[in-house]
Amino acid sequence: MNEIVQFENVGLRYGAGVETLSDLSFTLYPGSFYFLTGASGAGKTSLLKLLYLAQRPSRGLIRLFGEDAVTMSRERLPGFRRRIGVVFQDFRLVPHLSAFDNIALPLRVSGVKEKDLTTPVAEMLDWVGLGDRAEARPATLSGGEQQRVAIARAVIGRPEILVADEPTGNVDPEMAVRLLQLFEALNTLGTTIVVATHDIHLLSKVPGAQMMKLEKGGLSDPTGSLRNPPLPRDRA
Amino acid sequence: MLSLFVIPGHDRRLIPEGRLSGPMPWVIAIMIFLMVLATATGLAFAEAGRNVSDQLSSRATVQIIQANPDLKAQQANDAAARLRGMALIEEVRVLPSEEIEELIAPWLGQTAGIQDRPEGGSLLEDIPLPALIDLKLVRPAGKKELEALRAAIKPLAEGARVEPSSGLIAPVISLVQSLQWIAFGLVALLAMATAAAVIISARAALNTHKETIGVIHLLGGTDRQISRLFQRRIALDALLGGLLGLVCGTAIILLLGMQLSALGSGLVQSLGLSWYSWLIIGAVPILGMTLAMVTARMTVMGALRKIL
Ligand SMILES: Nc1ncnc2c1ncn2[C@@H]1O[C@H](COP(=O)(O)OP(=O)(O)OP(=O)(O)O)[C@@H](O)[C@H]1O
Ligand SMILES: [Mg+2]
Repeated sequence: MNEIVQFENVGLRYGAGVETLSDLSFTLYPGSFYFLTGASGAGKTSLLKLLYLAQRPSRGLIRLFGEDAVTMSRERLPGFRRRIGVVFQDFRLVPHLSAFDNIALPLRVSGVKEKDLTTPVAEMLDWVGLGDRAEARPATLSGGEQQRVAIARAVIGRPEILVADEPTGNVDPEMAVRLLQLFEALNTLGTTIVVATHDIHLLSKVPGAQMMKLEKGGLSDPTGSLRNPPLPRDRA
Repeated sequence: MLSLFVIPGHDRRLIPEGRLSGPMPWVIAIMIFLMVLATATGLAFAEAGRNVSDQLSSRATVQIIQANPDLKAQQANDAAARLRGMALIEEVRVLPSEEIEELIAPWLGQTAGIQDRPEGGSLLEDIPLPALIDLKLVRPAGKKELEALRAAIKPLAEGARVEPSSGLIAPVISLVQSLQWIAFGLVALLAMATAAAVIISARAALNTHKETIGVIHLLGGTDRQISRLFQRRIALDALLGGLLGLVCGTAIILLLGMQLSALGSGLVQSLGLSWYSWLIIGAVPILGMTLAMVTARMTVMGALRKIL
């Protein structure tokens, strides 16, 4: 079993009405870097929600880390979610917690000891350029700063899959490149990356990345990467 | 139990507690206060009922009904002598006729006195009063004991009746018992109201922190980790409210107790509380707190289970 994510004829319908996503079939391979594009409202966030187990599909089959994620019992979900890092489109920082505590949250949820988490969290804060804002509450941070905290929180636990929904929407182009480098560094360590974005300039910044495009609820596959395992990325 | 209170500060900040700012500790305090009072009332009635019936259950009365006063006195004396000889009897007292008249006068009204009657003579003289013998038995007067007494007296006085004294006060005892059960029923209702208040407040707290709960879930937090945060908060509320309710309730019971013993009369005197009643009263806040926490946990876990 080589694939890390597998969708087969997946459909998602919110309430009644037409399917937001229909007949999605694709495979993601470990250690690859994927971009997910599509017009606003095409269903990018919806697809990612299925991926990070925030939503069960209306039909179809999803396999995650080789296991059926559709019929998986509630009790097993936390264990799987800890293997997935998520940058939410709307950040979802905990308002009462400082930047430091927000970033430390996944580690604490997984039971990492206090003495073992101060250094990695401080390093991560430095990485995203917020070393001096460790004690700031989300409300006192700018949109871009909040986004960087959200990214730091998503990557701190070295997840096996990183799902990022529009992670560079609120930062300047320089910071965007810096954050992409963070994702690439993580990718080099073996994490599978899925980034949803509007920003086509971003795509060219990651050589060898695969592309997925959502259109009218269906998936098109311009690089053909979803049918075949991608070639090793050119990291020249 | 202790682990409920030792949650690290960063976890506590996840769900800001705002302790004592909300109405919950006060609601619990009022509920516990009322429960303590109702429990004490119920227990006091239970004890009073028990004391009174204990005192009366070993007593019996012999009535000798005989129109001829001389014969009546004769029979009463014979019966008393016979009863004194019985091993079953601890104490025998023939009531003097003045005492019987005193007992009966209130039933006939004040006007039954001698002076109001034109012919002179008392109404009491016209009514054939029975002779009364008050008995104290060595053990409670059951059916068997009463039969033995009847058998002993029958040959001496044909028209004699033997009644257990508790029969006279039975309506009072059953009233006291009803009051006791009403008090315990109130405790049950208050417990239900407390549980309802906890459910409402737990749901409100869950709703307020819906976003945070969602994030913790998606970061891999378990229901138990999340419910622990809420339980701690409710445990603290319940602890504070329970203590406050207990202190106020106990103060009022003691105050009432002092006032009652100042009155110092029969039934009221027996309204004391024994040490095990105090134990039960002390357990009320603990049970109330446990109820609050169990309800909170069930509410929170139930609500979390509905979220994916
Ligand atoms: N919880 C929901 N309930 C009902 N409809 C929803 C829900 N979430 C999304 N939708 C609908 O599904 C469609 C796809 O939404 P989605 O958020 O996945 O789009 P998107 O591609 O992420 O858009 P954007 O680029 O603006 O973030 C939209 O039409 C939206 O109205
Ligand atoms: Mg979106």
